[in-house]
Amino acid sequence: MSDRDNILASIRNHKRPSGAPVVTPPVPARGQVAGAERQALFVEMATAAAATVEVVDDPEMIPELVGQYLARHNLPARLVLASDAVIANLPWADHPMIAHRIGPATGQDHVALTSAFAGIAETGTLALLSGPETPTTLNFLPEHSLILLQASAIRGTYEELWRDLRDATNGGADWPRTVNLITGPSRSADIEQKLLMGAHGPRKLHILLLND
Amino acid sequence: MQPTSHRFVDNAHDALHNETLQQALANVRVNFIEKRRLAVEALPEFDELRKAGRDIRDRVLSDLDTHLLAFEAKVQAQGGQVHWCADAESARRTVLKICQEAGAKRVTKGKTMIGEEIGINDYLEANHIEPVETDLGEYIIQLRHEAPSHLIAPAVHVTQKQVEETFRKAHRDLDPQRNLDEPSSLLAEAREKLRQRFLSADVGITGANFLVAETGTSVIVTNEGNGDLTQTLPRVHIALASIDKVVPTLDDLTVLLRLLARSATGQEMSVYTTLSTGPRRADDHDGPGAYHVVILDNGRSKLLGTEKQDLLRCIRCGACLNHCPIYHAVGGHAYGWVYGGPIGAALTPALVGLEEAHHLPNASTLCGRCEQVCPMQIPIPNILRHWREEELRRGLAPVAMRRGIGVWAFFAKRPALYRLATRIGARLLRNFAGRKGRLARVPLAPPVLTQGWTDMRDLPAPSGKTFHALYRQRRTGSS
Amino acid sequence: MTAQSNIAAKRPRVALFVTCLVDLFRPTVGFASIKLLEDAGCDVEVPSVQTCCGQPAYNSGDSINAADIARQVIDAFEGYDYVVAPSGSCGGMISKHYPDLLAADKDYADRARKLAAKTFELTQFLVDVRKLDKVAARLDGSVTYHDSCSSLREMGVKAQPRKLLATVAGLNFRELPDGESCCGFGGTFCVKYPEISNRMVEEKTGNIVKTGADLLLAGDLGCLLNMAGKLKRQGSAVQARHVAEVLAGMTDEPAIGEGER
Repeated sequence: MSDRDNILASIRNHKRPSGAPVVTPPVPARGQVAGAERQALFVEMATAAAATVEVVDDPEMIPELVGQYLARHNLPARLVLASDAVIANLPWADHPMIAHRIGPATGQDHVALTSAFAGIAETGTLALLSGPETPTTLNFLPEHSLILLQASAIRGTYEELWRDLRDATNGGADWPRTVNLITGPSRSADIEQKLLMGAHGPRKLHILLLND
Repeated sequence: MQPTSHRFVDNAHDALHNETLQQALANVRVNFIEKRRLAVEALPEFDELRKAGRDIRDRVLSDLDTHLLAFEAKVQAQGGQVHWCADAESARRTVLKICQEAGAKRVTKGKTMIGEEIGINDYLEANHIEPVETDLGEYIIQLRHEAPSHLIAPAVHVTQKQVEETFRKAHRDLDPQRNLDEPSSLLAEAREKLRQRFLSADVGITGANFLVAETGTSVIVTNEGNGDLTQTLPRVHIALASIDKVVPTLDDLTVLLRLLARSATGQEMSVYTTLSTGPRRADDHDGPGAYHVVILDNGRSKLLGTEKQDLLRCIRCGACLNHCPIYHAVGGHAYGWVYGGPIGAALTPALVGLEEAHHLPNASTLCGRCEQVCPMQIPIPNILRHWREEELRRGLAPVAMRRGIGVWAFFAKRPALYRLATRIGARLLRNFAGRKGRLARVPLAPPVLTQGWTDMRDLPAPSGKTFHALYRQRRTGSS
Repeated sequence: MTAQSNIAAKRPRVALFVTCLVDLFRPTVGFASIKLLEDAGCDVEVPSVQTCCGQPAYNSGDSINAADIARQVIDAFEGYDYVVAPSGSCGGMISKHYPDLLAADKDYADRARKLAAKTFELTQFLVDVRKLDKVAARLDGSVTYHDSCSSLREMGVKAQPRKLLATVAGLNFRELPDGESCCGFGGTFCVKYPEISNRMVEEKTGNIVKTGADLLLAGDLGCLLNMAGKLKRQGSAVQARHVAEVLAGMTDEPAIGEGER
């Protein structure tokens, strides 16, 4: 008998019915808000988790704002980009001073800009999907992670996120390799419980919140 | 990892007299307890979520095979592989085989307690494959050749000074004059050192906080991002999980996620919660070409249907450790194996045997604080008591204690004799104490029962007459 | 002197569960309990066959002896309206553990549940059941209070003793830092693992001294013997009493572990 057979047999031999009732778990009231309230909650929670949030009304402004971010942080004027429809259609050509590359990140990239599938207001969290247009490494290798989030993509709760993600992936058949739920920049408290930012993932998480 | 739980008393003694450890442990109590309290207060639905989480787990455990098979089917549908391993040896061999088939020389590791349980690092090294821990705490203890002492903060027993010493000793290629006074400089150094390892690893091994049957997904929860780099950059990703990790749906997962970070670190959500499903897709530009989930039993299926089944609800948050006075006093290493604190005391005898671990369920006052903070409402004190019962039944309990309880019970079941014995005892102790009202030593009593007391504290003397004697006197009017 | 309270039309019959420690070490606690219960409008009896609740056996894994003792307790106490113990530990044993212990006993399972439902810790009974809201005692001095683990977590006792202590004239109450931490007694734990127990009680006495209070109170004599014993060994002037003594105004006897004046 294989280990698989042994384990299954052992489970079947030992398991007993449970009296546990099937009750719908509570969904925290906090995230069950809509519209402006939901957006405000998202910004509040993301900021509390040490992300920075910049509201953008006109997507054409984004390359400019990225340039300002790079200058603000004394970074070389280059970054690696995702190639989703929104980012691909931005007027990068009008900003030749910012060198950009499209593709997955390498150990040499300091800054990346990618797009989130959704935000979750309940905890100020971003949901990013792996894919040919949004490689996962963009979320983790660079020191500065810039993430574009459309305001209309902010969900209130996780339940809403899963519902929408199931729809978007053909009932789960086209589920991506990775769903990253990201709340703030990387950190560690492994040295005497002292909270330090920038462990292995990005030191900074900057959210470009696009009012759409 | 070879258990030393049988030496718990000596381990505890060493821990209590280790000044540096005591200094480090003082941080645990203050930080974790307060942060959790604030997070719980900020979520009105927390207690309801605990009940919901408990019920989800109980339903899964009552039909565990069905859920594991559903998970397996979905993983395979996405191009991944599931390996079932009955014990640690089988799991080690399975992981090694995957690594060897991938031609791996270097393996990065995210934090995994199952990895500790099966001793994977030593095994890989013995087979000429280099394992590199990437979680900062795990990295520190790997350099120090130590085991983790906490479920989520593996290096909680190490002071900042010790980290500096360890880094100076291990990172000899760096400028010896460099300033490492600030913890941030230590972090920067670790980040720098590990970046190259991340990028050059052939295989990445992580744990799995949860397995989701609905989508065939393994979930990791970190704050550092090391788990993500471990499972995205190398050619192969191996996720290690025990059989109790599976949950049916993403909505079930969400209930548990709402409980996990709050109970562990007091955060609303950890920085990185990552759902991984299968290897890279045909059109992905990054990600591992192969995805393996290793599911480990190692004694857990036998707990199903017993009064210890509830231990399998555990989501490894560490709240019980953070609130346990025993853990505060002696730290995690004293428990002598992988898991410390209340969950360690309750689970270790099941996984390594009661003969080896019998001290652990006994070294508890059953204060119940663990159960009170456990997000899964695991009745740890009850389970510890069940271990004590089994210990007595199997004749493993110390003879003196067994006899002591036996003698005491003999009297307690015979009120007339009990009255007599207590009258004599009260009188004797009162006389020994004299006018002082207390004893620094108890003459005539068996040392095993009294030395433990009077070595450390005085024994207040009885008043001299028992309540029942006085009550009867007052009732009958006699003096 | 009757304390203000909602006295039921019929006086309830309360059986006092003395506890083995009160019986052996400090009968005053039993008499103080009786006084408080009578002042709160109860008729109090003390079944004479009681010895112990069985917890030492139970916590040592000896369910057989524990169950025998439990049956003895049920036989002696089930005929009363209420059972009250000046101890969260013994109260908890009866009200939380007897039903589990005897769940498989056809004759006693239901009787255990019934007894469990009417068993209370002393201050819990006075405040929650008898609706007592003040006592007529006086004590000039500062006091701190240790919540025993069973009282806190098994019986839900925290507000009740504080509510009554707040009405003791002259008493200055100070909260104990880290008050929800175990004192390290734990029955046989303190002699099985004395070094760890000692560390726990040192933490506790450190916090007690930090409050600056003259007097330590608690609702469990086991905890009190442990903490008082440590305080005395440390040469501390802090005294210790059972909360019943103060609430009943019966503080003539020397404090726990103190010599005659």
